[in-house]
Amino acid sequence: MSPRRFGLLAAAALLVAPALIGCSDNGSSDGGSTTLTYWASNQGSSLDNDKQVLQPELDKFKQQTGITVKLEVIGWPDLLNRILAATTSGEGPDVLNIGNTWSATLQATGALLPFDDATMSAIGGKDRFLAGSLSATGAPGKPPTAVPIYSLAYGLYYNKKMFAAAGIANPPATWSELVTDAKKLTHGNQWGLALEAGNPTENSHHAFAFSEQYGGSWFDSAGKPTFDTDANVAALKRYIDFMATDKIVNPSDVQYTNNTSITDFATGKAAMILWQAADSGIKTHGMNPDDYGVAPVPFEDPAPAGGKHVNSMVAGINMAVFSNTKHKDAALKFVKFMTSDAEQMTLNKTYASLPTVQGAYSDPAFQTATVKMYQQVLSSTAAPLPAVPEESQFETLVGGAMKDLFAEAASGKAVTDADIKSKLTAAQQQVKAGG
Amino acid sequence: MTTVTTPAAGPGTAAGGKSASTKKRRRRRVKGNRATPYLMLLLAIILELLVHIIPMITGVWMSLRGLTQFYIRNWSAAPFVGLGNFRVTLDFNSPIGGNLAHSLGVTAGYSALTVGFCWLFGITAGVLLQRPFRGRGLLRTVFLAPYALPAYAAVITWSFMLQRDTGAVNHVLVDELHLFHSRPFWLIGGNSFVSLVVVSVWRTWPFALLVLTAGLQTIPGELYEAAAMDGAGFMRQLRSITLPMLRPVNQVLLLVLFLWSFNDFNTPYVLFGSAAPHAADLISIHIYQSSFVTWNFGLGSAMSVLLLLFLLVVTAVYLYATSRRRNDA
Repeated sequence: MSPRRFGLLAAAALLVAPALIGCSDNGSSDGGSTTLTYWASNQGSSLDNDKQVLQPELDKFKQQTGITVKLEVIGWPDLLNRILAATTSGEGPDVLNIGNTWSATLQATGALLPFDDATMSAIGGKDRFLAGSLSATGAPGKPPTAVPIYSLAYGLYYNKKMFAAAGIANPPATWSELVTDAKKLTHGNQWGLALEAGNPTENSHHAFAFSEQYGGSWFDSAGKPTFDTDANVAALKRYIDFMATDKIVNPSDVQYTNNTSITDFATGKAAMILWQAADSGIKTHGMNPDDYGVAPVPFEDPAPAGGKHVNSMVAGINMAVFSNTKHKDAALKFVKFMTSDAEQMTLNKTYASLPTVQGAYSDPAFQTATVKMYQQVLSSTAAPLPAVPEESQFETLVGGAMKDLFAEAASGKAVTDADIKSKLTAAQQQVKAGG
Repeated sequence: MTTVTTPAAGPGTAAGGKSASTKKRRRRRVKGNRATPYLMLLLAIILELLVHIIPMITGVWMSLRGLTQFYIRNWSAAPFVGLGNFRVTLDFNSPIGGNLAHSLGVTAGYSALTVGFCWLFGITAGVLLQRPFRGRGLLRTVFLAPYALPAYAAVITWSFMLQRDTGAVNHVLVDELHLFHSRPFWLIGGNSFVSLVVVSVWRTWPFALLVLTAGLQTIPGELYEAAAMDGAGFMRQLRSITLPMLRPVNQVLLLVLFLWSFNDFNTPYVLFGSAAPHAADLISIHIYQSSFVTWNFGLGSAMSVLLLLFLLVVTAVYLYATSRRRNDA
């Protein structure tokens, strides 16, 4: 063999070899027993806490079916990126949790297994689930690509002792009441309200609910972004003015990203927060459950023209199966297990969220006043975020723009309608360029 | 092995006292195994292809496609959009192009300040540490510590220190020294740029010190002795001996520092997270946001390609200009 020929062959071998090696490490089932990989979202007070909660349930599942589930809990800041990487490479988990607002976005990538009628019946049928929770599992008219596992809504958490000390009898029901109360509650190191202003996702959830109340919308019926309407500007102004003009929010909140608002609330630095299922987080910081109450999120009164009676998004976590899974049947068995009445009772009790299946509500733990309040919100005054593929861009772009506006407010600059509008216009053009 | 090393030896060494016959014999042996050096280079070439060239070509290919969330499972299905991504990127009146231009400006300022301060601190400390004295080794070690620390650990510590309510920086500036009436924010708004430059200089200047120290050690001591005999003071020695002798080192050092700071991702990402404040929106973070956060990899690739071209041009012009000046001198 001439050196030249040899060189070419060697080159070819070197180029092909990694591809061959890459192909051979995919089989994860060894000797008949199946192993599933499960990416769980962070529902408890920490990633470790989630592992402690979930592992006994996974052991139960293994006892029943012989299927091992390898658990990985992924924090919210990383989850979407991890899913994105898994989608791009085709190498991902078998089963995963997703924020229900991402359903339509991820559905559009084709990364998740569609739950058509046959698949639905394999996990026990569509009718087991609450209709409200099912409304946030994908774009309308297409088979959903996920099923709900934990259901949540926003509520107003308030410190009863501080309210009593300030002579306030009831939690506020309108925004002007909230501002009046919060002003009384703001003194020294204590603030009336804490906001997670540095977290784009949290910001965008409030942007949605406020916009509904102000008669705005973020996407039109054709799915085109309508960010910079006057209604949306007015809605964001109301929210940002809590810090900018009402001065009931600590300017430092603009740096809050890791549930610091909950810490502030639990440690007596803030009298109110707007949150979903904050109980386990509050408990971690040692606050007595009797010392705070939960009320529905206030409304704007009088309602602006076209305003809807909405005070929360349909929040929650969905469970999905990765399209590329090699163990589809086992994965569906696991989804069925996690959404069974018994598991729904156990898990939602621990996480202080609401079950997504009818059958679980027979448990007395879900007959309390707080749960009833949340159920009321979910069934009458909650709306799902727009189910369009660009939804996740709405969260990052609008939520990020709000972070910038909060930063301006925090450093003492006035935030005008024009400022808000120009930020929203820029965000809207970025979505359009992407689509 | 002689056959392999021979081509590498320059004509300068070969022209010495070698007789004509040995030269001839050696050349014949080289001719016989002409393929050997190429074979030995093959591995390097393949690795270069895999590590550098193919990803670059992939990047260029991606920049010509509308690679959005709908196609990330099957890249090849992404529609061909020609120069569409570049048109959007280069339209500086649109928000995307405008933000990119702003980001380029911020990055240029950041790069200039970082390179300038790193070099200034590096040369100052290098010259002061040039003469032996007690504790010199210890000082050098202390100065190099920031460079030896893992980037993440070092920068996250800074981000704790720069927090508004609980950070050490505000504690010193506001509580102890009373320089400000109200606690300033260091990680949002205009101050974030200052924070970024300070952290970056703190992290990178030891590298300048390291390289300049090595360069200083190659300057023969006799030059300084001769200069001292002629009555040259410290500043004169610095101007007439140290700086001119360091020119080749500086040429490389400044280029490397520029490229590093211009491409810096770790420092801003750890300091600010994925959403950097407007005033500190460095180009690499900007590109990351344009592709990963908005799921538009075609647009992000177009920006990356433009950045690559820009850096290539800057580097070429810099090398051309500096080497010509050296030849003139």
